[in-house]
Amino acid sequence: MSRPGASDNSVAVRMGTEPSRTVRWIILGVVGLVFCIPIVAMLLFSFKAGLAGGLTLDHWAGLFDEDAARTYRNLFTGIGNSLLLAVVTVGIVLVVLLPTMILVHLQFPKLQRTLEFICIIPITVPAIVLVVGLAPVYSIVVRIAGGSVWTLAFAYGITVLPYAYRAIQSNLDAVDVVTLSEAGRTLSANWGRILWFVLLPNLKRGVLAASFISVAVVLGEFTIASLLNRTNLQTALLQVSQSDPYVAVIFALLALAFAFILLISIGRIGRTRTGTSS
Amino acid sequence: MTVANAPVLVSDAAESSTRRHSPSGPATRRPLRGLVKYLGLTPFAVYVILFLAIPTTIAVVSGFFTDDGAFTFDNVLGLFAPNVLATFGSSFWVSAVTAIVGAVVGALVCYALLGTRADGPLRSFIDSASSVLAQFGGVMLAFAFIAAIGSQGLITLLLKDQFGIDIFANGVWLYQVQGLLPVYIYFQVPLMIITFMPALSGLKLQWAEANATLGGTRFTYWTKIAFPVLAPSFFGSLLLLFANAFSSYATAAALISQGAQIVPLQIRAALVSETVLGRENMAGALALGMVIVMVVVMWGYSVLQNRTSRWQK
Repeated sequence: MSRPGASDNSVAVRMGTEPSRTVRWIILGVVGLVFCIPIVAMLLFSFKAGLAGGLTLDHWAGLFDEDAARTYRNLFTGIGNSLLLAVVTVGIVLVVLLPTMILVHLQFPKLQRTLEFICIIPITVPAIVLVVGLAPVYSIVVRIAGGSVWTLAFAYGITVLPYAYRAIQSNLDAVDVVTLSEAGRTLSANWGRILWFVLLPNLKRGVLAASFISVAVVLGEFTIASLLNRTNLQTALLQVSQSDPYVAVIFALLALAFAFILLISIGRIGRTRTGTSS
Repeated sequence: MTVANAPVLVSDAAESSTRRHSPSGPATRRPLRGLVKYLGLTPFAVYVILFLAIPTTIAVVSGFFTDDGAFTFDNVLGLFAPNVLATFGSSFWVSAVTAIVGAVVGALVCYALLGTRADGPLRSFIDSASSVLAQFGGVMLAFAFIAAIGSQGLITLLLKDQFGIDIFANGVWLYQVQGLLPVYIYFQVPLMIITFMPALSGLKLQWAEANATLGGTRFTYWTKIAFPVLAPSFFGSLLLLFANAFSSYATAAALISQGAQIVPLQIRAALVSETVLGRENMAGALALGMVIVMVVVMWGYSVLQNRTSRWQK
């Protein structure tokens, strides 16, 4: 804001540290165009009237048909399951990960490194490897908790760990949690009150970002659900695509738009927050 | 190493000194004491042991056992069977090519973004779009590419009807290993933008000014200053992209429904049929092979990442 000319800093351009306006827009234009192609192709495909060509609204209208609920029952089950899994996974992040992170930050600063290491393990142990070991674990989980689909959220909680950790940690680092809670203690608040009235409001941004990214990851998850023979949005999409590719593509577009809105709002939360605090 | 650890040490020292001067005194300083404090760690510990430690251990170790629980090297030796080595080869090849292309194109985009306001609408749009597209891999991405360059795809037909170019003249390669290349690049580039942008925007204008003052040119700026500073971050991101492609399963599974051309698909085959190469628990051995590759790559990434952080802030 203080440097209105910053977007076209001619000194920087001349010295070669920044691209000129033309170069910038050529690069962004070409890459942007190429990256639009598959999405536009999907969009056009959803309006395509068979192989002969021509455009139609039938595929979109078909969703609101009376018997759509029956035709696409499997797909709607998948969507329902994925939403349920998203909620339970966010629950795991908020109830298991968040308190642990705050506790470690306040009481076990030496464990900080260990916690970080644990939370980024799922990047090194990808879902396709994890699922090999999850199969036997889930045969026990099913015996204890039954075969309902929500139990899959235990595995998803692990999958989202790196993302959720990073979102919450960057917020924890930015807020002086130690001083805040010591201030709370000095004013004789108990830990419950400090957590609820002091820490959580200050960590709102990180917590929201962690929840949103978890939802986005869960809605896109395919590997674990597919190999453990559960139905979620992605496995249902793949199944529907074999009988009705148009509907599969329409739902893929909707899911993509939803993920985009979620991640745009993460950016928004970040910016309004820094805007008000400065 | 000492430089990388310095901020941590400094913050530790600061923390302990504030503790010492804490007015409340040692008795009330740590209100949660002893067992209660450690009890707070148990839910997370139990959860991580049950759903991360145990599955990972099973995945990595089960390759050493038969179904009856007897110890065997059979499965692990199976990793060196020619066809399994070939799948590892294709996985390496696909990951390397898409990582390099993704890293170069992603770095170009980052360069194009230099000089735009970090909190401006363009940057925040590209940030959000990149995070979505980096997560986009999977069934939906496969749909998008089938719609674009499938045998009846938008681009395929456009090229054929308008320019007479048949991109599938030598057979439909989209559903083979080569087909994974454009599809993987589609999520590699956004990941590169996310991981490389912080390093690139860490370049300081003063360095370029110093370079100019000392009679340097644009060329010397990029080769003598920017490249050495950015190299660890660039190659670190490259390794991250490699790991990302190497471990990616969903996209390949949606595109290639038959066969086991890359390692994750071979794991699928082993899990579904249980008798790849006539061996039990082959999935475990393959998982072990994959974890070894991932650990080496991610170790390289963290080493390079530590070098990068010296130049930031």
